[in-house]
Amino acid sequence: MKSLDASFAALADPTRRAILARLALGEATVNELVEPFEMTQPAISRHLKVLEGAGLIMRRVDGTKRPCRLAPSAMTEIDQWLGMLRQALAANYNRLDDVLADMKTEN
Amino acid sequence: MSKLTLKTEGDTHVVVTRKFAAPPKLVYRAHTEPALIQKWLLGPEGWTMPVCINEARPGGKIRYEWDDGKGNGFYVTGEFVELVPFSRLVHVERMHMPDPTPDNHVETTFAPDGSGTLMTMRMTLPDATTRTMMLSTGMEHGMEASYVRLETFIKSSAVA
Repeated sequence: MKSLDASFAALADPTRRAILARLALGEATVNELVEPFEMTQPAISRHLKVLEGAGLIMRRVDGTKRPCRLAPSAMTEIDQWLGMLRQALAANYNRLDDVLADMKTEN
Repeated sequence: MSKLTLKTEGDTHVVVTRKFAAPPKLVYRAHTEPALIQKWLLGPEGWTMPVCINEARPGGKIRYEWDDGKGNGFYVTGEFVELVPFSRLVHVERMHMPDPTPDNHVETTFAPDGSGTLMTMRMTLPDATTRTMMLSTGMEHGMEASYVRLETFIKSSAVA
């Protein structure tokens, strides 16, 4: 396991968090990350190097490409993050339950 | 109780379902009357919706502005396409952060379910990449909260 400091530093940047979020949905090459993030290839490559150094992503060789994917240890974190997105939605609808209960009382 | 389902469908859809213990008429009203929307469509703890415009008629405007009380905020604009009172809403929306995201086409249906309602919200994004970015953006907001908690954890560990 890589040091907590390295993970912490890697996660401190919003672009790197967004890249991790993207990789949570599937493997991607540098070129595939350049377009949605509107950054240059060297800039994306620098972020990937930090993420790889922190043990959050892994890269494999595929011809001339080096596609990235989340490291298994990062998956646990990502699962928690996806859970939080569900929680935000669930919180909305739990509040709506209360609003509806009030509306029923008024009628 | 886990009443919410959230899943992707094909390359460009996201489908959310939820049951409510109130008839479709009330659930529909809670989706179209600003004073009611402002009570629940808030997302994570601590956020409020100071501006809520919802003109519930075909072509009517939608504008929701959120604020976390700490200087962070974003807003959504949209237009209604079709409304069938108490059973169906079709609208288009986009998030401004501050640049607008591609249009999200949303159909929300309210079907009777016993004495309650089954709500189905079906979002259609222009392409797979946009959907990925939308889900990633939502996740990134969750990740921010996670990161703040991690930071607190590390600080308290350092002190101990």
